Amino acid sequence: MLGKKAKSRMAFFVLILATSIVITVFVFKSLRENVVYFFSPTEIYNKPSIALNKKIRIGGLVKINSLIKEQNSVSFIITDLKNEIIVTYKGITPNLFSEGKGVIAEGELKDKKYFVAKKILAKHDENYMPPEVYKALEKAN
Amino acid sequence: MFKKFSPNKLLALNNKYIRVLIFLMILIFLLGLVFALFISPPDYIQGDSVRIMYVHVPSSFIALGSFAVIGLASILNLIFKIKIAPLIAKSIAPIGFIFSITSIVSGSLWGKPTWGIWWVWDARLTSMLVLVFFYLAYIISWKYIKDLEKANRVSSIIGILGLLNLPLIKYSVDWWSTLHQPSSINFTSSSTIHYTMLIPLAIMFLGMVIYSFIIFLMRYKTDLMIIKIRKRNN
Repeated sequence: MLGKKAKSRMAFFVLILATSIVITVFVFKSLRENVVYFFSPTEIYNKPSIALNKKIRIGGLVKINSLIKEQNSVSFIITDLKNEIIVTYKGITPNLFSEGKGVIAEGELKDKKYFVAKKILAKHDENYMPPEVYKALEKAN
Repeated sequence: MFKKFSPNKLLALNNKYIRVLIFLMILIFLLGLVFALFISPPDYIQGDSVRIMYVHVPSSFIALGSFAVIGLASILNLIFKIKIAPLIAKSIAPIGFIFSITSIVSGSLWGKPTWGIWWVWDARLTSMLVLVFFYLAYIISWKYIKDLEKANRVSSIIGILGLLNLPLIKYSVDWWSTLHQPSSINFTSSSTIHYTMLIPLAIMFLGMVIYSFIIFLMRYKTDLMIIKIRKRNN
């Protein structure tokens, strides 16, 4: 069905494609540390060496009952349900920032358990529903 | 060469079809907007800003889908020498380009009230920006390479390279930690969007697909003429 030329072009194409996919996978594997936008508390905990006082982002959930609001600063605990990091932050938090919800903090680690944030971002999940449905779900649980 | 797919026939059909399609599109957009702005409920965390989704998600789908077509057409062109493929791809490119920009701008407007920031360099947002540049490169290679054969080849290579970026965009939110949330709509599992919000999303998507198809028909017509003129002038 295919001409000889088309066949050889196809073989060449498949070869190039396979090579470039392999290269891409390796590049992204080795760049993983740069591609991820934030680290979880467990990833920080498992790191053999951490750079203190260097800009880094950590993310997870704001632990319930951990949020303490003061005049213009907040402190809370970021958890991934395995490990926790205490975060302090001076400034205004995003509207969606609240206990039990996702958060990403940008700032510096003082040690593996203590983080001073310069920026707070709210991360939400992939679920979208009306408030009544959410209430009904909460009741059911 | 163009007799094979008789552009003249297509051009004659075009105008009748386009008028019907425009009428249909207006009806669907009216219905979609009523659903999106009035009937659908606010989100339980985001409130009314969730309505940006009805523009953002369809735009992103069309931006990705259009480039998938361009990539496949580029393969058909380079390997199987199917002459109509690059012409179709060339006419789709500006549509995908506009929708990729729309996706980024609407996403940015959505990010500020929800995440608290306009833009971050996470894997999803960055790979989407790369798509915008692939569109640009594709369009520019057709526009500024004088020799048509060469333009055809260069643009197809760009189309195939850009194809590799598509899985990166789609799965970036699963492979790496990102600020952008994971996909709500997947090939394999049911959607995590409540049906009251899924209805306006589907209607708006349909409207934008019809819009894209109309622009494609118009663009295709113009592109056929441009190519004819460029061939004559060479």
